[in-house]
Amino acid sequence: MNIKTIIFTIVISVFSSLNVLAEQHMSDGDKDIKTEIKETIAHHLMDSHDFVLTHDLSFPLPIILYTDGNLDIFSSANFHHGTTSHTVNGRTYSLDHGHIVEASGLHPVDFSITKNVTFIMIVFLIMLVMFTRMAKSYKKNALPSGMGRLLEPIVLYIRDDIAIPNIGEKHYKKYMSYLLTVFFFIWIINLFGLTPLGVNVTNNIAVTFSLALITYVLTTVSANKSYWGHIFWMPGVPVPMKFILAPIELLGTIIKPFSLMIRLYANITAGHVVLMSILGMIFIFKGWVGSSLSFGLAFALSLLELLVAALQAYIFTMLSALYFGAAVEDYHHE
Amino acid sequence: MEKLINDFSVGLFFWQSLLFIALILLLKKFAWGPILMAVEEREEGIRSALDSAEKAKSELENLNADNERILAEARIERDALLKEAREIKDAIVNDAKELANTEADKILTTAKDQINNEKLKAITELKNSVAELSIDIAEKVLRSELADKAKQEALVSNALKESELN
Repeated sequence: MNIKTIIFTIVISVFSSLNVLAEQHMSDGDKDIKTEIKETIAHHLMDSHDFVLTHDLSFPLPIILYTDGNLDIFSSANFHHGTTSHTVNGRTYSLDHGHIVEASGLHPVDFSITKNVTFIMIVFLIMLVMFTRMAKSYKKNALPSGMGRLLEPIVLYIRDDIAIPNIGEKHYKKYMSYLLTVFFFIWIINLFGLTPLGVNVTNNIAVTFSLALITYVLTTVSANKSYWGHIFWMPGVPVPMKFILAPIELLGTIIKPFSLMIRLYANITAGHVVLMSILGMIFIFKGWVGSSLSFGLAFALSLLELLVAALQAYIFTMLSALYFGAAVEDYHHE
Repeated sequence: MEKLINDFSVGLFFWQSLLFIALILLLKKFAWGPILMAVEEREEGIRSALDSAEKAKSELENLNADNERILAEARIERDALLKEAREIKDAIVNDAKELANTEADKILTTAKDQINNEKLKAITELKNSVAELSIDIAEKVLRSELADKAKQEALVSNALKESELN
């Protein structure tokens, strides 16, 4: 893919995002424009139970609720975009700002296939197809063909420049599957966030929490004696310091994945908020100069977000590898 | 922070964890494993090919060095052979010369001896001949001298005179 195609795609994306905002704007013109933009951004950042492409084109998604030991499954079309309530097995559910509430005060646990879950599934399928095809291409030829040509350097980069230097030649192999999956998953899903589809998966704390939790569990499970030794009884420092360092180090093991979670969440959220706000400015200025300035700014920011999408995937993978490395490293103290 | 906790969706967490872990396991089996294996095999292949090329190169160099060495040795041997041959030739020539010289000397000495012998023989023969001739002459002279009686008497008296004087 050449530069022209990329720029063209971004321009189209920005225009389409504008379109989404514009439609929203036209639909309820009686509101104050600033509040409306704010609401649109807040709405964009939130998960939703149906997949709205434009005002006329939307797909209902299945709703799965676990209430008091009962599983209630129905289509989100029954809510009519949150305007009506729906009764299933004697329980009446309605949408309240994206959250499902039960009329009689029960607390349903929402396992619905929301927009974000749909896109996690889509990325799941894309990655599965893409990489199994890549794996198959090696059976015919020692060199990759098709997508493999683009993906192999990245795979090798993760192996040679992330996994091996941070984890070490001896242990890196068992973490490769996780590192590769997490890198491509975050990258692809971040890229989806930049398309005009309006999805935004990695700015959900539940998603980044899940990812960081896996890193934490893998680190803790594979940690060796020397890793725990460095946490509870830091070698090479005076004994009173050991007592002070132990809780700090122990807290550190949690802070590390916590920072992974917050970093990814905050970066993607901030990027989307700024991008949407700048797009929203077009409707505030309503003039040729201001609007084109906003457009230019949004365009530049989209380019930056493209970088951030890959960068955040890289940082997450890199730091995970670093933590794994610390967990399996054999320290030698003379 | 409160907003974050409120926004936390158990369902999303559940699906994300489930799908992501499934994705890791599936990709591990069907993608990463074969891909990394293939890449490693290829790298190993490249490495061994490079190694064998390097080995072949050094072998060739060794071979060349060997050739050089053999050639040099052969040259030295040839030179030695030539030198030896020259020496042998010289020796043979010298020997032959010496032999010829001694032979010639021998022949010369025998010739000289023979000549001497012949000479001596000739001298002796000549002496004998001269003696015979002298005797013959003396006989003839005596015969002629003693032809008459007077002369015989004179002679006898002379001989007697002489013998007395002695």
